[in-house]
Amino acid sequence: MEEKFDAIVVGAGPAGCAAAYTLAKAGLEVLLVERGKFAGAKNMTGGVLYGPVLNTLFPDFWQDAPLERHISRQVITFLSEKASLSIDFNSAGFDKPPYNGFTILRAKFDRWFAQKVEQAGGVVITKIRVDDLLWDKHQVVGIVAGGDRIPAKVVIAADGVNSLLAQKAGLRGMLSPEDVNQGVKEVIKLPRETIEQRFNLAGDSGVAIQFLGFCTKGVHGGGFLYTNKESLSLGVVVQLKALIKNSLKSVELLEGFKAHPTVKELIKGGTTVEYSAHLVPAAGLRMMPRLYTDGLLIAGDAAALVLATGRVLEGINFALASGIAAAETVKRAKEKGDFGKETLSYYEKLLAESFVLQDLKGFKRASQFLEIQRIYSTYPDLVCSLAEKIFRVDGNPKKRVWQLMREEMKGKVSIWRLVRDGISGGRTL
Amino acid sequence: MNPLTIEGKLALNKYDVDEEAHIRLKEEICRGCEPRSCLYVCPAECYKLREGKVSYDYEGCLECGSCQIACDKGAIEWSYPRGGFGVSFEYG
Repeated sequence: MEEKFDAIVVGAGPAGCAAAYTLAKAGLEVLLVERGKFAGAKNMTGGVLYGPVLNTLFPDFWQDAPLERHISRQVITFLSEKASLSIDFNSAGFDKPPYNGFTILRAKFDRWFAQKVEQAGGVVITKIRVDDLLWDKHQVVGIVAGGDRIPAKVVIAADGVNSLLAQKAGLRGMLSPEDVNQGVKEVIKLPRETIEQRFNLAGDSGVAIQFLGFCTKGVHGGGFLYTNKESLSLGVVVQLKALIKNSLKSVELLEGFKAHPTVKELIKGGTTVEYSAHLVPAAGLRMMPRLYTDGLLIAGDAAALVLATGRVLEGINFALASGIAAAETVKRAKEKGDFGKETLSYYEKLLAESFVLQDLKGFKRASQFLEIQRIYSTYPDLVCSLAEKIFRVDGNPKKRVWQLMREEMKGKVSIWRLVRDGISGGRTL
Repeated sequence: MNPLTIEGKLALNKYDVDEEAHIRLKEEICRGCEPRSCLYVCPAECYKLREGKVSYDYEGCLECGSCQIACDKGAIEWSYPRGGFGVSFEYG
């Protein structure tokens, strides 16, 4: 079979677009296939776009890309049932180019990215679901979609967390409930001025708030609130195993989160315009599939390349970096005229040299640390009730902080365990 | 903000519903299941218990894939809807 395409990229998210764009720019014949009505139609984010990798593809992209706000305020909020305590980091350093992170809405962002692929000479087709891989013995030589067989020298599977293609190729099995987190999100419309006043923002600066505690009823996960230009992204992310074990529904957690006294005030007067859900591959190296085989490379969420440490949730940046690395590998393979797995092993070498595998290796114990249930229940409750005691003036003689702390911790957690968790957190994260 | 029911939330989204269902339930396996995790994990509440039996609507599916992973009995056969069908996020 004579192939028209050097490469077929499956999935027009950040990984697929970055791969297709890099290949098209280098003059290779590339086809980008997307199952949604348009690129981004099936995608949502509960995270932040960090800039450095995208900036290598599109220098000063913030002048051109459809971003929402750059993040100048980063907040961590502990929630108990009725109270909250926040650590609020406000940096002028994050408020000027090249910035640090951005809030985005994926339906806009991914569509922009896919247009860039077309402008660079790539072919983008939407509304096509890829059903299978095309094989020549043990070598992937194209895709099967809607009954059509489309041949190519190599396929890059950037088909997301549920990657059917990685499964079909035997590179991984079914995902496990302890390895994935389920995110649900509402986009809540609010006037621009209201957002800027309420969150103390100027111009296009924005805030990212991560919540811990009551938002997940104390189970493994957290909540988030991001400011967009004229809306808020509000959601919860919970480990799938924790939902199953505790018979919890994300949608009910989200409603409870919205009704929390602190959160209620932040979203007041807003109107929900969209409700979405997605899985996050959150177990890092533990769940990473084999990254390549003859004629096939796996990138982005499909390869579980997400850094979820509790400190950061970084997926888009990893997706971009892996897409570019996959494209560089394909460029090299084309020069050699060989797309076998030995040549494609260059992909893993590139990832190992970059932050992608170095971060995943460096933080590989994070998923173990994040299994400590006290992070989601005992500690958020503790800091809130302690703060309440510290700030409360009730006419009785006051106690010192240490004494209050001992009282609050009694029966909940020992000093010894608190110190141990603290050291373990500091070391792991 | 007033609370939103799941029906209210899903009504906000844009769907192109395919005639061909992308979820299939193997009843003989499903029948004997005790935990019935699908009832909890589906963020669109596609799975409901009716007269002691699990039934489902695929129309409101948000295409996250949780049900298939959570069902350790393997009773749920879930795939993406055909190209162009299913949910389309306008914000995401």
